Amino acid sequence: MSKRLTSRRLFLLGNNLFLLLLAIACLLPLINVLAVSFSSSSAAAAGLVKLWPIEFTLASYKHALGKKEFIDAFIVSLQRVALGYSINMLLTILIAFPLSREKSALRSRSVYAWFFIVTMMFSGGLIPTYMTVRSVGILDTMWALVLPGAVPVFNVILLMNFFRNLPKEIEEAAHIDGAGHWRVLLSIYLPLSKPAIATITLFVLVGHWNAWFDGLIYMNSPANYPLQSYLQTVIIEVDPSLVSNTELINSQLVSDRTFKAAQVFLAALPVLAIYPFLQKYFMKGLVMGSVKG
Amino acid sequence: MTSTSRSKRLRELPLHIMLLPGVLLTIVFSYIPIAGVVIAFQKFVPAKGIFESKWIGLDNFAYVFNLPSFTNVLWNTVFISVMKIIAGLIVPIIVALLLNEVVGKYFKRTIQTIIYFPYFLSWVILGGILIDILSPSSGIVNDVIKWLGFEPVFFLGDEKWFPFTLVISDTWKEFGYSTIVYLAALTAIDQHLYEAAIVDGANRWKQTWHVTLPGMMPIVMLMTVLSLGSVLNAGFDQVFNLYSPMVYSTGDIIDTFVYRLGLLQAQYGVATAVGLFKSVIAFGLIVLSNFLANRYAGYRIF
Repeated sequence: MSKRLTSRRLFLLGNNLFLLLLAIACLLPLINVLAVSFSSSSAAAAGLVKLWPIEFTLASYKHALGKKEFIDAFIVSLQRVALGYSINMLLTILIAFPLSREKSALRSRSVYAWFFIVTMMFSGGLIPTYMTVRSVGILDTMWALVLPGAVPVFNVILLMNFFRNLPKEIEEAAHIDGAGHWRVLLSIYLPLSKPAIATITLFVLVGHWNAWFDGLIYMNSPANYPLQSYLQTVIIEVDPSLVSNTELINSQLVSDRTFKAAQVFLAALPVLAIYPFLQKYFMKGLVMGSVKG
Repeated sequence: MTSTSRSKRLRELPLHIMLLPGVLLTIVFSYIPIAGVVIAFQKFVPAKGIFESKWIGLDNFAYVFNLPSFTNVLWNTVFISVMKIIAGLIVPIIVALLLNEVVGKYFKRTIQTIIYFPYFLSWVILGGILIDILSPSSGIVNDVIKWLGFEPVFFLGDEKWFPFTLVISDTWKEFGYSTIVYLAALTAIDQHLYEAAIVDGANRWKQTWHVTLPGMMPIVMLMTVLSLGSVLNAGFDQVFNLYSPMVYSTGDIIDTFVYRLGLLQAQYGVATAVGLFKSVIAFGLIVLSNFLANRYAGYRIF
């Protein structure tokens, strides 16, 4: 019996050690890039930086934060998150509520439901969508980033399922007291749905912050790029013809590598900052979405 | 009779009003593009528009299917995404089983939090990180490889390595997410089953094999079947941020191919044809996978 206990203990120890190493392995790439961003350009260029900054300096961060394009793109991203979130959330609630009604309350419920579901299963694809956005006349405006994805069907289903699991009696009582659909939604359903709405909020915020491809194709002028689209052009693809003279002079002070690392880290910072506080909602939401009520 | 149906309609009215903005936006940005796939059958010229462009039947499809690179692109897409599905199935199951054995609640939660984090970073950011750490000259990964006495590997520039780099980095980003789904399924397993197994003399290993794994099976089946619908999605965001002409032969996928053909070379009709081809197959797979999920896991979309 005691031999069995020791082998169990050994297993647990080994298991914990393995999981710890796995978690560290997940973070190592991020730590390495963070260390590079705080290192001197010569140390980074020579490949000396491992997991701790060498010749600590904030030069790359000063360079990034002093760069007009970077700040502008950051502001565009913040605006996009604010506008996009408001539209997504409003529409999610306004669609989820009627779809959560019984067929007796909304006879065309299943017609509406299929109308939205179809868009999850079939899409026009890249070119027709681009052509549509162009003919609506919103290219190069903020609307091109928030309207094409304005109805997040997956989130609608999530919230609809949550609404359906709320006790029916409260709503019936409210109807008897003379409350209409709007009243039931605003004063009863919304206050009761805080956990679901918090979860959807976080996914939508992160989604808008991380989106980059739409900015790249719908914005003609790079001045309108949100941060991730801007980073895509400066970090992933570097076109030598775009590098101006002043930038060449600057780049002698700040190596390309440390500068890129600093920008990557700055773009990840908002997500990194909210993550530890909100991850319990992320987990909750995930379980909510996968295990249907 | 008419008055009751009328009052009923009146009572429904607020619900229709709530749905109206969403319906309008969906028509404009989802249904009009779906109708727009007709340009797959046209020699589309933007100046002429859909109504004036010349109809050419299936010529666009014939043109693409005869491109030597297209078969290659198709193969790459399926190969990369199937590998991702397999790795994305095995790794999270193992990690979930190991996490399930952990005794300390706080330790377990910390590990979960850390492995879930990369999921929330965009492929632009992760692309920037990977390009840096995988660099053959100064990246930390090749430092370790050289330290171990091997030749440095050009993960992102070597066509042999590129697909595997995609699969491994995708697994790194995504496995935390699936691990948590599986863990949730594990906590739902009836504790009485374990007690019964212990009474029958089963050790931890046997409990895992005969109680835990079968308990996970429905959700594993569900996740696998549902991933069938995305076999033609090999991950545009990831590939686009990591590939280069050097690795087109093994790394170019349908979505990146459509992007270059359509938006860079302005071959709108041809690119739409490829997109439509993909959508139709994906639609068939989604219908099939939902049918299977419903049949074997009792799952329905709504």
